Amino acid sequence: MTGDRTVEDLLRTFAPQVLGLLVRRYGQFDRCEDAVQEALLAAATQWPGQGVPDNPRAWLLTVATRRLTDEWRSESARRDREVAVARREPAYAGVAPAADAEPTVAADDDTLTLLFLCCHPALPGSAQVALTLRAVGGLSTAQIARAHLVPEATMSQRIRRAKQRIEAAGARFTMPGPAEREERLGTVLRVLYLIFNEGYTASSGPDLRRTELTGEAIRLTRILRGLLPDDGEVAGLLALMLLTDAHRAARVGPDGELVPLAEQDRARWDAAAIAEGIALITEALTWSPPGPYQLQAAIAAVHAEASTAAETDWPQIVALYRLLARIAPNPMVTLNQAVAVAMVDGPRAGLALLTPLDADERTAGHHRLAAVRAHLLELAGDVDAARAAYLAAARGTTSRPEQRYLEVRAARLTGQH
Amino acid sequence: MLLIWNRPGFTEELSEQERTALFGEVDEIMKELTETGELIGGQALANPSQTLTVRQVDGNPEILDGPFMESKEQFAGYLAVDCDSPQRAAEIAARWPDVRYGGAMEVRPIMDEAGTEM
Repeated sequence: MTGDRTVEDLLRTFAPQVLGLLVRRYGQFDRCEDAVQEALLAAATQWPGQGVPDNPRAWLLTVATRRLTDEWRSESARRDREVAVARREPAYAGVAPAADAEPTVAADDDTLTLLFLCCHPALPGSAQVALTLRAVGGLSTAQIARAHLVPEATMSQRIRRAKQRIEAAGARFTMPGPAEREERLGTVLRVLYLIFNEGYTASSGPDLRRTELTGEAIRLTRILRGLLPDDGEVAGLLALMLLTDAHRAARVGPDGELVPLAEQDRARWDAAAIAEGIALITEALTWSPPGPYQLQAAIAAVHAEASTAAETDWPQIVALYRLLARIAPNPMVTLNQAVAVAMVDGPRAGLALLTPLDADERTAGHHRLAAVRAHLLELAGDVDAARAAYLAAARGTTSRPEQRYLEVRAARLTGQH
Repeated sequence: MLLIWNRPGFTEELSEQERTALFGEVDEIMKELTETGELIGGQALANPSQTLTVRQVDGNPEILDGPFMESKEQFAGYLAVDCDSPQRAAEIAARWPDVRYGGAMEVRPIMDEAGTEM
């Protein structure tokens, strides 16, 4: 089905460009988005049979514009009958250029502006994710719903409300100023990373629907990197995604169980993705001040460079975590740092780092804290305490593979005195 | 997941007006959750008298009529919602009318197939 694949690639490439252009011209994000979705649907049904038009983008633009103007026309006709002549002239009359006219603004800029709009701070995170996947990624509502394991009606409501909130927030289709842009870029990166993490599932079942999301997150981050080649954090995030996704085949065992990093068969890591990720982060760090994504990518790169878990350059990882904890302090960073410190200075040193987290409301009672503590207690030879901590972590997680992993670890320690 | 537990037969004690109000309230909550996109699904269970219970007796599974858990409350149905926090889920549960009629709502997270790398 290479034909379909090409059509889909074309549609995904042009969807944000066409939408960006329409919104720039007409405003009304909500309606433009619906019109583009209809044009995409028309293309998806017609192109495979009738062939791809010579200028696919102009085709999509024409069809989407026609939908928009049809809707406006019928609306204005209705209004004409209902309201006074003086109030009849619609605000948009006469401003629409020919539908297939080439854009005056680069399509790339539109894609970037669109990405910033979908990650609008007025939206909750789940809505930012859904809207980005649909408007920038060109995924259908059904695909997004499938990937999030919710009914299509639920997702379609979420998207509709997100669009309405954007309209209500009065968001204009312009690039925010430098200060706001910096802040919004942080949200864009977070949303892309969220999409990636949602897709990075441990499930190895026949239904790989969520891997669509990792692929999509990587694709969108690549586009973003093309648009902002001088941003070190964009490069860092892309590298981090590539280096993480490279583990995919190795992190799940034959029975669907989670395989921890230390026990993964490194021969099954994706060498091409690792090479690309390492090159990307190494290069970025030469010219960019290190940010949180770059540091996490650098840590992933150190892991990737070791041919076995034992050969990992732990002192370097500890140094990177120390830097990360300084510029972006976060209890999850402390958890990972504790594991690395344990590898260098022994499990007791790692355990000492965990103590303050018991008093932190973000981590107190969190299953990840219990899981890391269990691991370090096991390394320290405190079998009973380790077993209790593994079981506590297993009770706290809502991830099935993780629960299985933790219960198996606990069971291994039973009767081991 | 919001598990709905109520007193068996409590609706039989209600007046027609109370019963209509209760159904209206349920419809209202469902409508609201559909609009917010938080509703994933839900099912009401039939009267406990329709229950079959499967249990192992002398090493063999046996199918018996009726529920055999003696409790004041029956499991009456569930509501699956997708919300931002457990607090929000509890807020939805608190509005469910069965709670007012001596029932209870149990709010429990659903297990996910996705996992964290350790």
